[in-house]
Amino acid sequence: MSASASSFKLVSTLGGIAIFSGILLALTYEITEPLIAQNESEALEAAVFEVLPGAVERENYLLDDQGLRKVDAGSLESPNLYAGLNEEGERVGFALPGEARGYADVVRVLYGYDPVRKQIVGLQVLSSNETPGLGDRIEKDVAFRENFTALDASLVHPIETVKHGEKTEPWQIDGISGATVSSKAIGKALSESTEAWIPPLTTALEERP
Amino acid sequence: MSVKGNEPLTMETFTQGLWKDNPVFVMLLGLCPTLAVTNSAINALAMGLATTFVLICSGFLVSLLRKVIPKQVRIASYIIIIATFVTMADYGIKAISLDLYKALGAFIQLIVVNCIILGRAEAYASKQKPLKAMINGAGMGLGFTIALLSLGVVREILGSGTLFGMHLMPERFQTWSVFVLPPGGFFVLAGWLMLFSWWRERKAQKEVI
Repeated sequence: MSASASSFKLVSTLGGIAIFSGILLALTYEITEPLIAQNESEALEAAVFEVLPGAVERENYLLDDQGLRKVDAGSLESPNLYAGLNEEGERVGFALPGEARGYADVVRVLYGYDPVRKQIVGLQVLSSNETPGLGDRIEKDVAFRENFTALDASLVHPIETVKHGEKTEPWQIDGISGATVSSKAIGKALSESTEAWIPPLTTALEERP
Repeated sequence: MSVKGNEPLTMETFTQGLWKDNPVFVMLLGLCPTLAVTNSAINALAMGLATTFVLICSGFLVSLLRKVIPKQVRIASYIIIIATFVTMADYGIKAISLDLYKALGAFIQLIVVNCIILGRAEAYASKQKPLKAMINGAGMGLGFTIALLSLGVVREILGSGTLFGMHLMPERFQTWSVFVLPPGGFFVLAGWLMLFSWWRERKAQKEVI
């Protein structure tokens, strides 16, 4: 190791290490990529089945300006909503995403929408950073989760969160006292998402059920 | 540190990181992940093991290349080597469990700038034979893992009433959410540091007598 190594030596050492590092990373990526994809699809599947009671099979759909169409596995298009099928192969509903700012960070949810009953039939928090013991009750609180077994999403009135114990209308979410901001975030995520998704979805289903 | 590179391989090579120079409790290095991801025992364990993996592998490679890498570009080379193994650990954790990956968040990638690892590369691995560097790295990593676990276990038991996700405390136990929150990290770390310095002081006094 001489103090005055030539520039060539410096560049070639760094370059060599970088190439070696690239090879190692490409190898790791190749090995782990299928496992990661499988994990992700399993997590998504579990979430879809969770929000759509009775669903045992998943179908991927893409909804855009050209209407609703099914996306098969291996297709280049990436789906933006998912349908759940029950054991008889009937569609029980769609799983739609929603998000809104919570107390600490963005709260992302996936909820199940039944287009026949025009109701939200299930909800799962995909990611949140809410305060443990307070805001994170939106994920576990049994009474709060009861809100999402038959929440009106006919859009007669936007979905809203009310104070705990003041729910009177079917489109209202009974909030958690002590987790006001987090429960309101769920309400906001649902009202924004339903207003954006449900009208085009309804139109598309009427055209081609 | 007075490491010259010609000492024989002893038990001390390994145990240095466990006790005498424990990275967290004695050198107070790597406190950022120590405070951030020890809210549960499993997070602490995963973080510790990922760091250990990077310490061993980067120690080996840095030591192997110690005569090739010119002095002027050594830090850049170490960073590339460390970043490579961190990215490998990152993919690995993602392939093992998505939940764990989400819980650890950015802190896995941030192992790159963990001063324990660069410190080991610069102060030890670049002067020692590969085997010694690996053993020392394993000791340091284990010391770090033990430190993280001792925080994680206390915080999880008091904050969630569980250990590795299993219920431990009686049903009536009121969890102290503060221990899962950031302040709890400081409380528990302070507690351990107090215990350790009292311990060492007592030992030093005994030696004087």
